[in-house]
Amino acid sequence: MTSTTSKSAYWRGIRNGLPFLFVAIPFATLFGVVATEAGFNILETMGFSVLIIGGAAQFAAVQQMVDNSPTLIVIAIALAVNLRMAMYSAALVPYLGSAPLWQRVLLSYVLFDQNYALSVLEYEKRPEMSVGEKVAFFVGAATPIIPAWYGMTLVGALVGSQIPPEYALDFALPITFLSILAPAIRTLAHLLAAVVSVTAALIFAFLPFNLGLLVAAVLAMITGAQTELWLERRGKWT
Amino acid sequence: MDMNSSETWIVIVAIGIGSFLIRFSFVGLIGDRKLPDWVLRHLRYTPVAVIPGMVAPLVLWPPATGGEPDLARLLAAGAALTIGYVTKNVLASIFAGVGTLYLALYTLNILG
Repeated sequence: MTSTTSKSAYWRGIRNGLPFLFVAIPFATLFGVVATEAGFNILETMGFSVLIIGGAAQFAAVQQMVDNSPTLIVIAIALAVNLRMAMYSAALVPYLGSAPLWQRVLLSYVLFDQNYALSVLEYEKRPEMSVGEKVAFFVGAATPIIPAWYGMTLVGALVGSQIPPEYALDFALPITFLSILAPAIRTLAHLLAAVVSVTAALIFAFLPFNLGLLVAAVLAMITGAQTELWLERRGKWT
Repeated sequence: MDMNSSETWIVIVAIGIGSFLIRFSFVGLIGDRKLPDWVLRHLRYTPVAVIPGMVAPLVLWPPATGGEPDLARLLAAGAALTIGYVTKNVLASIFAGVGTLYLALYTLNILG
């Protein structure tokens, strides 16, 4: 690998990552607003965005803390939302597994939905890339988004405390969740998992410590996996 | 929210470390070993398994109205879901939801 080709892979990553600013900017701003409205100070709000870098998990943690769930439940639910990253991590092993440890530490910190999807597409399109170029592309795809994520969280946090309650900002959080959720319902398996999740969460709402949600999540994951197997057996899973 | 500042930081740091370990898990620690299919099959459904259950009570019994079902919020949730499902676009869905919420709050207020 030469540094020139790595540099061009890095720039290609940046170019491919730029369009995702249109998602990251409003999303991070909204997080800043919602977290401030929920009573977190600016430092805490920034702590979420800098240490977690995962919109859905951050919103989930805020929601659970507003609900006064016990600490362990808050952590479990936020991490459950981020569990899909384990799947991304596994999928990246064939491409990036042989990179030096410090690079794998760095790229794990900035691994999220968009740069994962972009990078796997790129690696499939250009299998001749060296590991160094692959790492460079991956970090490039994250480069525009990370500063925007931090910066717009700060903007949201500064603006958020000045918005009066008539604006019904309480509902920004459920709307954001539904907006993440709806496009993710791509198959019958996803749909049934979502239906089971809602039904079980309402049925088990009587359980203490928000445990009902964890029960619902496990049942829903099993439902999704079993539906997928069933569709596969009938030759209807692509 | 009852949590004090040090509890808040414990939660933030724990989720941060946990999220990092999840991301680092395979590419960093486990290396070239492959995940069994049944594990991947379950992981695929984590977002659609957790989020609906979390949102349903907030939509049906919003804390801001003292837990009373609220027409404007129900309409907004329906719009966000429908537009998100049809367009597969997160931002379009957020705008549809927020737009419907304000339109409905404003209209219901006038009819009031």
